[in-house]
Amino acid sequence: MFSYIIKRLVVAIPTLLVLMVLSFLLMHAAPGGPFTYEKKLPPEVLANLNAKYGLDQPLWRQMVSYVWGIIAHFDFGPSFVYKDRDVNEIIAQGFPVTLYYGSIAFVVAVVTGVTLGVVAAVRQNSLIDYFAVGLSIGAQVLPNFVMAPVLVLVFALWLGWLPAGGWEGGEISHVILPVIALATSYMASIARITRSSMLEVLTSNHVRTARAKGLPEHKVILRHALKPSLIPVISYLGPAFVAMITGSVVVDSFFSTGGIGKAFVDSALNRDYAVMMGITLLVGVLTIIFNLLVDILYAWIDPKIRY
Amino acid sequence: MVLSSIDMSALAERLAADEVKGRSLWADARSRFIRNKAAVGGLILLIVITLYALAAAHVSPYAYDTADFMIMGHAAELGAPSWESGHYFGVDNDGFDVFVRTAFGTRISLFVGIVGSAIAVIVGTLYGATAGYVGGRTDQIMMRIVDILLAIPYMFVLILLLVMFGRSLFMLFVGIGLLSWLSMARIVRGQTLSLKNKEFIQAAQAAGVPAWKIILRHIVPNLLGIVAVYATLLVPDMILTESFISFLGLGPAPPVTSLGALIAEGAGTMRYGYLWSLNAPLAFFVLTQFAFFFVGDGLRDALDPKDR
Amino acid sequence: MKQRLLLSTILSATLAIPAVAANVPEGTALAENQAYNYWMLDAIKSLDPQIVSSVEDSDAVRSLMEGLYNEDGDGNLVPGVALSHDLSEDKTTYTFHLRPEAKWSNGDPVTAGDFVYAWRRLADPATASEYAWYMELMQVVNGAEITAGEKKPEELGVTAIDDHTLEVKILAPLPYFPKMLTHTSVFPVNQKVVEQFGADWTKPGNYVGNGAYTLKDHIVGEKIVMEKSDSYWDAAKTVMSPVTGLTINDENAALTRYEAGELDRTIVPAGQYPRLKEEFPDEATSTPYSCSYTYIFNLAEGKGNEALKDVRVREALSYALDRDIVVNNILQGGQKSAYSWTHWAMNGFTMPEIDYSKWTQAERDEKAKALLAEAGFGPENPLKITLNYNTSEAHQKIAVAVQQMWKQKLGVEMTPQNFEWKVHTDKMNAGDFEMARYAWCADYNEASTFLDLWASYSGNNDAKYANAEYDALLKNAKTAADPGPDYTKAEEILAKDMAIIPIYHYAKVDMIKSDLKGLPQNNVQQTWYAKDLYRVAQ
Repeated sequence: MFSYIIKRLVVAIPTLLVLMVLSFLLMHAAPGGPFTYEKKLPPEVLANLNAKYGLDQPLWRQMVSYVWGIIAHFDFGPSFVYKDRDVNEIIAQGFPVTLYYGSIAFVVAVVTGVTLGVVAAVRQNSLIDYFAVGLSIGAQVLPNFVMAPVLVLVFALWLGWLPAGGWEGGEISHVILPVIALATSYMASIARITRSSMLEVLTSNHVRTARAKGLPEHKVILRHALKPSLIPVISYLGPAFVAMITGSVVVDSFFSTGGIGKAFVDSALNRDYAVMMGITLLVGVLTIIFNLLVDILYAWIDPKIRY
Repeated sequence: MVLSSIDMSALAERLAADEVKGRSLWADARSRFIRNKAAVGGLILLIVITLYALAAAHVSPYAYDTADFMIMGHAAELGAPSWESGHYFGVDNDGFDVFVRTAFGTRISLFVGIVGSAIAVIVGTLYGATAGYVGGRTDQIMMRIVDILLAIPYMFVLILLLVMFGRSLFMLFVGIGLLSWLSMARIVRGQTLSLKNKEFIQAAQAAGVPAWKIILRHIVPNLLGIVAVYATLLVPDMILTESFISFLGLGPAPPVTSLGALIAEGAGTMRYGYLWSLNAPLAFFVLTQFAFFFVGDGLRDALDPKDR
Repeated sequence: MKQRLLLSTILSATLAIPAVAANVPEGTALAENQAYNYWMLDAIKSLDPQIVSSVEDSDAVRSLMEGLYNEDGDGNLVPGVALSHDLSEDKTTYTFHLRPEAKWSNGDPVTAGDFVYAWRRLADPATASEYAWYMELMQVVNGAEITAGEKKPEELGVTAIDDHTLEVKILAPLPYFPKMLTHTSVFPVNQKVVEQFGADWTKPGNYVGNGAYTLKDHIVGEKIVMEKSDSYWDAAKTVMSPVTGLTINDENAALTRYEAGELDRTIVPAGQYPRLKEEFPDEATSTPYSCSYTYIFNLAEGKGNEALKDVRVREALSYALDRDIVVNNILQGGQKSAYSWTHWAMNGFTMPEIDYSKWTQAERDEKAKALLAEAGFGPENPLKITLNYNTSEAHQKIAVAVQQMWKQKLGVEMTPQNFEWKVHTDKMNAGDFEMARYAWCADYNEASTFLDLWASYSGNNDAKYANAEYDALLKNAKTAADPGPDYTKAEEILAKDMAIIPIYHYAKVDMIKSDLKGLPQNNVQQTWYAKDLYRVAQ
């Protein structure tokens, strides 16, 4: 197990390098640079700007000094657009925001999703089952950029219970709507996966044995059926968690939370090279870590799996 | 990407075990599929939607790319759906007929979905089959590459691609397709590994058939079941991804449109009194998604008859 | 001379009624809540006056810093740090008399030296300011050479005679020079602070300004919070505090938040003004805004589309473009159809009489068809062109409508091409387009800020339009006692050559809470100062 983790971490390095080189090249291949402005810069000024940010160097040199900056000082460079911020500051400001509402949304999605899935599976082909399946498909296919304005319309404008946007340091009333908007479609996926895997487990010998022993049904489900049926859910949760705490562009832009998802899109549009690279790497690292965690969780849940 | 690869690998095992029986599996599957009401309903719905997408332009007196200047900017007062005027679904605020525009958008969305998943399926199948069949070091390296690519944040690279190469439908297909073949490759490889040792493959090898021919002639045809299921489940995912891209303003540019673009526009203006410009595309979007889900689920159950 | 007289009358008037900050009429009951929340489209990129480049940046800097002069609600100059100025006989030396009581928020006095430092800093290519060319535009002696790296910043024609006297030498008489001083890039900065913190000096905590507000908080992409500064020389009159700018990229979402009471001022999305005006007559406003919207042709030799080099084709396209539909059906916010370039409300500018502006649209369409046929295009040989525009809902709506007009009336096959902003700009700069959407906003309140753009020597003339007569008129206008006739003639040449298709003149269409007072009513540049605002009790 331990050596497996080490092996995976070693593979992470080429993975990150590939990711970095790929985004670096894509970025520089794009038309327009960070200093392409509507009002053209005098040549001398442009030359100074390029020199200041190292853009006058050949690409490979830029890449090498970038990597060196990270290794030597954990320095991801200054933002090309926000003149008084560096990448670390931009991430330190935006990431906690998405991490906060993303984690809450994750917990909400998992708890409601698993519950819904289990209930639907246990009462297969009942009204509850049909309701749960219908609800989860509906929630999954409704784009969250439709749901977000509807939520705002109902809870902020008509009922006046909650603010329509903003973050205000994560005040609870500002967090509720983003959490709902983000959690719904994940909740739906989790419910669907849980249901179908639960159905499979419920017909397995292991559960039949438990029933034969005369255990009450709720104990059978909680003690014997739930754990194995979570395996496919967990493989889904790794990437989902990363997506929830980083990539919620729709929620970020609709609720103006100032989160990292929007910051990424902005950096791509503004050609803020350093910020774009920084966030891409952050997401890459998180993806690797959570994929690994998922595999470790597997081994814990299903002792048959060996690495 | 919502597809559960675990579900898929269960199916893969089942199909690998069945493969030698050949025809009977398909006959079985067909009858099981036909007995599944939801799946058949989904299939019929899908056919109806496709017909609408293709035929609407011929039924309506209006063209998808011709605006009515009288209604432009006054959709709330003048653009309501009406049977007499021929604007069955109303007119949007740009003066376009919603009925034909939704049909056109549906066409584009279906096209994006199908082409995107086709690319994913073709690349994934060939890659996985090659890795699995050749085996050894090649297999290890090829699968390591897949592992590496799987760790790359999908959505971020897609946004990068679109920003970098401009917004074109072609780029959208390629981008979405190229990023979603990875799990397909893994599944196909697994199945190929078990196929490799079957007698008919060994017979072909003994007869001196070249490797690429064995892969194309003998391995790939035996993978069709799983490929079909995967593709059906991938299409709605593709359509959903496209809609998100459109929301970001990186989707197709008018007068070309997609369901995602129409919904994004309608969702932003839902309080301005012409809700019908959101209703129709949203309804078709949701129906298409439902239909694909049911067909995909039905296909999987038909090919993998466990007691569910 | 005229200019100066005008200014000095204003100055004496304002000195007589010393009302520069919030001018609350006597007997007005002020509301208890004096917090002001306003909408910003984008994140603030910098609060450094010399680095500032966007509307969001400069709106904030105008509250945090103060230049030599400010503008009142009608766009006239009122004293800021400078109380008044003298102009030499040859009209090339300005001597500004600074307010002795002006202070930085760290207690330092604001001196002429602070301006000298800031202005040199602006011109210095090492600062890499996007507005470095502003020194050249102001014709400050050696400004252009310094930016080009040929001279040292210390050679700039600006001197501190003593702590409260600033002398500026310019190359040639420039009647509107004082008006250019309200631009944020010529605001002072505190040398000590800038040198101590480097690029970090604009962060909350480090920021030292001389304006009516201090920087409380700045969360990039979310908000900026400013609070009343007690060290400001006119602090007694500042009413509004705190002042908060919220970044909301989506105009529709911003409107929702306005209606939910979270914003006091926000933009009205295209097409929504009539509905809102009916529903909220006291809150929906539309005032002229000095920007012009146009489609430009690529006239550069060997680039773009050859067919568009034919003036008849350009005229046909312009005539068939029904501006009234753009203005009345798409924007619907009090914008005005444009047949000439300079915004109609610019100070001292008389709109030229452009002949086709008087025709009916039917006449224009007839003429357009005839011209296009004459140029050799018809149903068998349709004109095929592309139009580049940058991603935005309103640009897209206009492009699609225009495409429809040309297709339905002329059979022209125009393909709208959507690019995100950086790509659009890059393509325009490189001359890689046939037609492109373009807009220009006034840098100062005088017609030349618009007309100079299409001079052959202008760096931002992406159309590459060149007409010697046009250039000569503009050069002459710089020193003319009354440049009006030159401007009119220049507009006529522009229309005759149909170098660009002017489409509309902007209006600022906003929702403003009815209890909010003190926002400018007739300032075409929409320059506003938070210190002028106050909220009345209702």
